[in-house]
Amino acid sequence: MFPEISLNILDVVQNSICARASLVEITVSIDTTADTLTVIIMDDGCGMSEAELSRAVDPFYTTRTTRKYGFGVPFFKAASEMTGGSFEISSEEGEGTYIKAVFVLSHIDRMPLGDMTGTLISLINANCRIDFSYNYSVDEKRFSLDTRQLRAILGSVPLNIPEVTGYITRYLEENTAEVNGGIKY
Amino acid sequence: MKSLEELAAIRDKMQNVVNLRSEASDCTRIVVGMATCGIAAGARPVLKAFSDGIQEKGIKDVMVIQEGCIGLCQYEPVVEVITPGKEKVTYVNMTSEKAAEVIEQHIIGGNVVTKYTINSAM
Repeated sequence: MFPEISLNILDVVQNSICARASLVEITVSIDTTADTLTVIIMDDGCGMSEAELSRAVDPFYTTRTTRKYGFGVPFFKAASEMTGGSFEISSEEGEGTYIKAVFVLSHIDRMPLGDMTGTLISLINANCRIDFSYNYSVDEKRFSLDTRQLRAILGSVPLNIPEVTGYITRYLEENTAEVNGGIKY
Repeated sequence: MKSLEELAAIRDKMQNVVNLRSEASDCTRIVVGMATCGIAAGARPVLKAFSDGIQEKGIKDVMVIQEGCIGLCQYEPVVEVITPGKEKVTYVNMTSEKAAEVIEQHIIGGNVVTKYTINSAM
């Protein structure tokens, strides 16, 4: 198991990348009244057949050839369910896959969200052909980052040069801190 | 809320400076394993170390990429360096400190850091 949710997200998004997604949307929303932290990961990759989907949560099922087990989805499911939360995964062949993990915010076994900036920067820098859309909210406060918007502004300037990585890092850190209002999730 | 205006300024400054990344065929690829085993073993800081290091030193014709499982889970974090025309080098049990050494000695200097390769580990 991972020590933070941001590593589960980094792991599960690898599946979207393998599915040849061109856009991955990641939403993290914290609702202090409902006492939940919800993570939604949606991609427009190749999707799964019904048979594949029914086995996706099985740790002994994988489409990779290097090993006979795949823990990404099962770990994410276990992480949310052990807080008393829920997990759902749906997919449409040729359309994409949708995952929603709900964690009970105050549960002692709810691991920290962790370094989402680190996860997002890793994804953006190492996958220059994929667009990522990130939405973060705590109750009514929210912000988002969409690499399509960044590309529209940057034109021919690539996303993975130091100046841009530095900008994206500061953008994520400052906006996250503002939305968090002093609390570490 | 930090806005996107600053980005327009970065674009104006970098537009004429940046040498557009050449296509994958002539780039050296630094491939960091990022499956569950890799992430659990600490691949995220290794990816960051390579990504930041390449950026800071302004090294051209190098791409840092993520991969899924390479099949060497007990040796994770694993980093493969693939230079066109040369044999693939597989570094195992990587850390961000070792990444800095590999950048300096192998990527820049051209000398494989054999003590960190899989051949030395086996």
